[in-house]
Amino acid sequence: MEGKIVRVAGPLVVAKGLPNVKMFEMVRVGKLQLFGEVIGLDNDLVYIQVYEETQGIGPGEPVYALGEPLSVELGPGLIGQIYDGIQRPLNKLAEVGGDFLSRGLAFPALDRGKKWDFESRVKVGEYVEGGDILGVVQETSALEHRILVPPNLRGKILEIKSGTYTVEDVIGILEDEYGNSHELKLMHKWPVRYQRPVKEKLPPQIPLITGQRVLDTFFPLVKGGTACVPGPFGSGKTIIQHQLAKWADAEVVVYIGCGERGNEMTEVLIEFPELKDPRTGKPLMERTILIANTSNMPVAAREASVFTGITIGEYFRDMGYHVALMADSTSRWAEAMREISGRLGEMPGEEGYPAYLASRVAGFYERAGLVKCLGKEEKIGSVSIIGAVSPPGGDLSDPVVQATLRVTKVFWGLDARLAFSRHFPAVDWLVSYSLYLEPVSNYWKERVAEDYYSLRQEAMSILQREAELQDIVRLVGMEALSPQDRLVLETARSIREDFLHQNALHEVDTYTSPYKQYLMLKNIMNFYKVALTLIEEGYPLDEILKMPEREKIARMKFVPEDRIKELEDLLEEVRKRLEGIKEGLREYV
Amino acid sequence: MSKEYTSVSKISGPLVLVENIENVKYGEVVEVKLSNGEIRQGQVLEAQEGAALVQMFASTQDLSLKGMRIKFLGHVLEINLSPSILGRTFDGLGRPRDGGPEIIPQKRMDINGSPINPYSRAYPSEFIQTGISAIDGMNTIVRGQKIPIFSGAGLPHATLAAQIERQARLLNEEEKFAVVFGAMGLTFEEANFFIENFRSTGALERTVLFINLANDPVIERIATPRFALTAAEYLAFDLDMHVLVILSDMTNYAEALREVSAARKEVPGRRGYPGYLYTDLATLYERAGRIKGKKGSITLIPILTMPEDDRTHPIPDLTGYITEGQIFLSRELYRRGIYPPIDVLQSLSRLMRGGIGEGRTRKDHGDLSNQLYAAYSRGLEAKELAVVLGEAALTEEDVLFLEFSEEFEDKFIRQGEYENRSIFETLDLGWKLLKKLPRASLKRIRPEYLDEFWGKEDAS
Ligand SMILES: Nc1ncnc2c1ncn2[C@@H]1O[C@H](COP(=O)(O)OP(=O)(O)OP(=O)(O)O)[C@@H](O)[C@H]1O
Ligand SMILES: [Mg+2]
Repeated sequence: MEGKIVRVAGPLVVAKGLPNVKMFEMVRVGKLQLFGEVIGLDNDLVYIQVYEETQGIGPGEPVYALGEPLSVELGPGLIGQIYDGIQRPLNKLAEVGGDFLSRGLAFPALDRGKKWDFESRVKVGEYVEGGDILGVVQETSALEHRILVPPNLRGKILEIKSGTYTVEDVIGILEDEYGNSHELKLMHKWPVRYQRPVKEKLPPQIPLITGQRVLDTFFPLVKGGTACVPGPFGSGKTIIQHQLAKWADAEVVVYIGCGERGNEMTEVLIEFPELKDPRTGKPLMERTILIANTSNMPVAAREASVFTGITIGEYFRDMGYHVALMADSTSRWAEAMREISGRLGEMPGEEGYPAYLASRVAGFYERAGLVKCLGKEEKIGSVSIIGAVSPPGGDLSDPVVQATLRVTKVFWGLDARLAFSRHFPAVDWLVSYSLYLEPVSNYWKERVAEDYYSLRQEAMSILQREAELQDIVRLVGMEALSPQDRLVLETARSIREDFLHQNALHEVDTYTSPYKQYLMLKNIMNFYKVALTLIEEGYPLDEILKMPEREKIARMKFVPEDRIKELEDLLEEVRKRLEGIKEGLREYV
Repeated sequence: MSKEYTSVSKISGPLVLVENIENVKYGEVVEVKLSNGEIRQGQVLEAQEGAALVQMFASTQDLSLKGMRIKFLGHVLEINLSPSILGRTFDGLGRPRDGGPEIIPQKRMDINGSPINPYSRAYPSEFIQTGISAIDGMNTIVRGQKIPIFSGAGLPHATLAAQIERQARLLNEEEKFAVVFGAMGLTFEEANFFIENFRSTGALERTVLFINLANDPVIERIATPRFALTAAEYLAFDLDMHVLVILSDMTNYAEALREVSAARKEVPGRRGYPGYLYTDLATLYERAGRIKGKKGSITLIPILTMPEDDRTHPIPDLTGYITEGQIFLSRELYRRGIYPPIDVLQSLSRLMRGGIGEGRTRKDHGDLSNQLYAAYSRGLEAKELAVVLGEAALTEEDVLFLEFSEEFEDKFIRQGEYENRSIFETLDLGWKLLKKLPRASLKRIRPEYLDEFWGKEDAS
């Protein structure tokens, strides 16, 4: 079907002469054949958001409807790729179009020439349904790509064969209940704006371990959970997202650079192949997929990038994997919506955002979750979403922050003052929260230590007490405090500096296992309790603070995981020191 | 041949609506010929069947509905490029302003450029020594970085930018470099300060100037940084040069953008700036960088004055969200006579870590700067407390930190306009200041480095 452009205004193009076109159908626009998507229909006018720069395009040029909605290609070859917002492989665009993005280039997302070793897992005559595993392809050393029956198919296997195939080769035939046969391939397509179906959603229970102490111990996330990371510029949102992409115990990571910096994507491309997953020892790039639609790339494709990413995430979830998805930044996604909405002349809501902002945000986070996957065999998979939000001036009353907070369960609030003093991660411990503490605390009790959760609670109350005491100090000075209170302040400082503060750039400090996190906190609280009994017996605080074990506590973060025993020993050392001092005290008294 | 039209139906602010036309393209250049023969330029903001909304780059004063001839040139705004642009001065729309000849183009480029494919970028990591401790030691910049100076009215941002331009060099290399300067709405005096500085360092013949002064057309400023950055791309990626781009003042640029947006009656975002200000600024700032396999680079230092010194104002705010850090000037330090008045805590270089350490600057650089940050910020907190309650209200340790912070401002941050410190001098100075603090409180530094640079436990 061919229509004609009647208006071009930035990323919005209006066309005529496409009577049968559907909402969200893909189109190609103008002589350059730019990619676009139908986002509005009004009598004979078709409103199109164009995914590429529209400069030089004008009325009278042709528009072609492609007959299908914006879809992603799902199959072997996704891992390790970097795509733009509509899943065009950026390496291919660079090969053909050069270092600067050129327009109208179309490339399949999955390499058509590459052959994969497929090992079938079903037999001829077997009945299968959507989500069943037809067979596997070892896509990278870190990931077995499970080839699924597409969600909307069911029937009898007429043919299936192991062997070496491209993603388009026929690997089998399925006959559905009406007697129609369907070719099975290593890949299938899925429209990005439709959630992929699951059997059942489950309440998330298992922590997503990130190796970041302030997150895991204080405000934990779970597999299938959702987190919101708002903060002003430079407060550390991207570093947190990168840290999670590196160290979270997920099997697949989808990282969406949505309207952010080009160099941040380059950094991932350079760094990840060099880094090893601490659990599997495999290069991190072998589980990672990047979607890069940077701030200077067209806004409409930025709007789409988030859906492209989540659909890919759901696909791996359907194989029974735990997927972690980072979106940096969802504010830029919302701004893309705002820009398009403004050009459409829609009634603006708060701050000019469209009235449907909150429902779009909710719809996105709703696609997270721990699920029973489709298919006869029981498979549990999850998609966790961690969304950065970049509110103007760091102001949390921003509509995007508010819409996000309503639907996410973990809030990691980043604070400018902490960032200024280079306390990173700049997660404000007084305002942040996790609504998953309860299931996670059970997990800790079983897997890490009986008293992990209670330690966390004690440490938290020391931090809260610190805030109150600081108010008093500001009014009347340090002298007014009792030694006990001063010890609280010193302990809070130790929690902040020796535990919460974590240098992402330090080779050891960048990742801390749950057990080491526990030991670190245990040591800090142990020192506190020991010191408290001493004070109660009249021993001066200043002397206690000179105990050489304090420096060891400050250095715990740099103790590598394979020397973790040093931290167990430190507990004992401090206790011994206590005994010694008490002896001394008794003699003294 | 492009046809001429006369059918103007509406003029409002910088916008002109032309009707009964054919074949108009979005973004194409328009020439408006007034009845007195004067020609002004514009570009198509909206292309419709039979009509075009044109945004003028000059004032619409003296324009009328009748008697004008409008020509659509069939191409977008372009710049003529050749190596002979070096040493030349152009106006805000890329026309010679120095009385010299037109550039005979070896290449013509669209001033809007195209986004660099993220896959093609090379990560910037070559340390640039500026000789300024507050930058080199604490907020190290690298070749290909985009890092603005956040300033306020009356603060010495121009002096600082000039000092950076004068002193910036790689540690051990001499290479082809060039400077591109884009002035938007500067006074003659301000612009001249930069030009004189380029002259005094002998950089002028390696400099390309695009000058839009305070009394030049406001809307022209929307094009000026694009001309500057396109020239920079040509020098960097076609001629293999290392290009430093200085754009001043981005606040004037954003105001011009706001004027067009208001004339279009767009739904305004914060403080009347258009909702797409972020994207618009990004299409400028993201043009800095390095490209795999190319020798040249674009390092970008935009300067902006924060209205009312407010860093949450949309212009600094959105800039900070795009650039790779910022150098933040403090009115308080300035009042106390400290030059350069760089507030190191509010400053940031996001590309610092790639540019420092063993083999780049020195292995202790990262830990040392982290420690200086932590200690300085603790000292400032103590100072706040001492202001209210007197020093007696502080712990012994806090007093040490307070003293440290004062010395840090006085010895480390403060330096002369012509004082050029090597990175090693800067780092050693930092260690010297830390010497006054108890070793156990220096938690940001690895013990090995403390042993090596700070010394073993004090005898005392
Ligand atoms: N955990 C950390 N360890 C060490 N440095 C950190 C850490 N987190 C943040 N930083 C420092 O803070 C800087 C800014 O962090 P980041 O780029 O993540 O901020 P952001 O919130 O994403 O900002 P923007 O909104 O502008 O993108 C980093 O370049 C780094 O120097
Ligand atoms: Mg960021």
